[in-house]
Amino acid sequence: MTRVGFLRLLVVGGFVLVLEAMCRTGLISPRILIAPSEMALRLAQLLAAGKFNADIAETLGNVAIAFVLSVGGGFAIGAAIHALPRLRRAIDPFLASYYALPFFAFYPLFIVLFGLGRGAIIAIGFLFGVVAMIIATLNGFDRIPRVLVKTAHVYRMGPVSAALRIKLPSATPYLFTGVKLAIAYSFIGVIAAEFIMASSGLGYSIAYAFNNFDNRTMYALMLFVIVLVTIVNALFHGYEQRLLRRLGC
Amino acid sequence: MSAALLAIDMPAHADTVPGVHAEMRGVTRVYAGLGGQSGVHALASTDLTLRRGEFYSVIGPSGCGKSTLLDVLAGLSRPTGGTISFEGRPVDGQVPDGVGVVFQEDASFSWLTVADNITFGLRRAGAEPAEVARRLDYALRLMGLADFAKSYPAQLSGGMRQRVCIARTLVLQPRLILLDEPFGALDAQTRLIMGDELLKVWRETGATVMLITHALDEAAMLSDRIGIMSARPGRIIKEVTTGWPSARDSRVATDPGFGRITADLWSVLREESLKAIGQGNLR
Repeated sequence: MTRVGFLRLLVVGGFVLVLEAMCRTGLISPRILIAPSEMALRLAQLLAAGKFNADIAETLGNVAIAFVLSVGGGFAIGAAIHALPRLRRAIDPFLASYYALPFFAFYPLFIVLFGLGRGAIIAIGFLFGVVAMIIATLNGFDRIPRVLVKTAHVYRMGPVSAALRIKLPSATPYLFTGVKLAIAYSFIGVIAAEFIMASSGLGYSIAYAFNNFDNRTMYALMLFVIVLVTIVNALFHGYEQRLLRRLGC
Repeated sequence: MSAALLAIDMPAHADTVPGVHAEMRGVTRVYAGLGGQSGVHALASTDLTLRRGEFYSVIGPSGCGKSTLLDVLAGLSRPTGGTISFEGRPVDGQVPDGVGVVFQEDASFSWLTVADNITFGLRRAGAEPAEVARRLDYALRLMGLADFAKSYPAQLSGGMRQRVCIARTLVLQPRLILLDEPFGALDAQTRLIMGDELLKVWRETGATVMLITHALDEAAMLSDRIGIMSARPGRIIKEVTTGWPSARDSRVATDPGFGRITADLWSVLREESLKAIGQGNLR
């Protein structure tokens, strides 16, 4: 492990230990926060009992669908917009100000459009992530060396073939930015949507525990979300680093 | 393995005029101006004839339209006026089969290994795996890349990456190879070596070569004939024949004739270069 990596671990470990001590000594009331060890213990009990397995699977499924749709759709839409400079100039301001919208204010609209089920939740996750991917694709395509576009012409490649076999791999380092945001936004969009408009799933379960003063379950599920997101991001980060090293970035 | 493995087959279409491989007649190219600005006249009415199997170089002052000339001849951009033909067929906005292009900038695919870079076009064309392997093996050895087949371009020097791009073009057995200042980004010694390698490739494949360069010595050393372009809007204003034997290499630079050819080229080019930098009256 590198020195920096060790320091990082120390910071996180130290924070957890301080929190643990503060909870155990009663400095923090258990009605506000339970000790980290207790969260972990409760989480282990919940997972062993399998009580939330269905909710976890459902949320992960929703996130996965929203993520795949965001990345695939965002890339396709971004590539198409990039090929139409006039359209791009017209909609650029909308893309730039998209995330200024308080998305969840419109949740009733999503329920009307997609019904009270997974559809509306996935739609929110997707709409939350897709624009980040569109912007990253436009950004990446802008940075493709002109000579590679010419090379695609030399090979007499059509627009779709050139986009997939030359532009996509060439823009990969920039597309990663979009993919990372799409992961984060899919989780945020899906879990937040489950808080307000679901009757199952992790977001719903956390809200349910909160409403019923079940602090231990609530914190255990929160811990689960943190660990899950950390693992997903770490795996992706490792993959990204390996690929970028190969590309010489 | 036979040295003639990459040698060209007879063309699918006989030349209209015997010996004429590619031809430009009265070709002009004007780039449209942006937002009401007047356009850029890159090529004046240009005539050019490439004979089958010759090594032809184009030199000219910077910004004279050398790359535009190559782009329209390759079919990478449409001419504003005039006609272009390759093997008797018109070229218009698409790269014809049998034409290979090597650019100055690094065009290697950073996400593919050297071997995958070289075979990219072959695999796209659906060549038999055994044939792909054979041509790859030959191109790797010809370009001195045999030990780097599994490397990625990021692990190679600029000269080696350019070799990858040349090899990638060669495996498709082009009958006409167009090179746009392919050694422009390389250091002087590497350029000499790459020039020798290009001559070797030219002799082994029998392809017609057109090289765009800004280096007088490179043109004088490598070519059968050299076309000198005027300042923008460019056109070919003089052609010089070197008379080198085909079995030549960079050592012709020590031949007394080399100095004479270079001087010939410079006497024309100096004036055009001065015009290009706006000092046409400095004689």
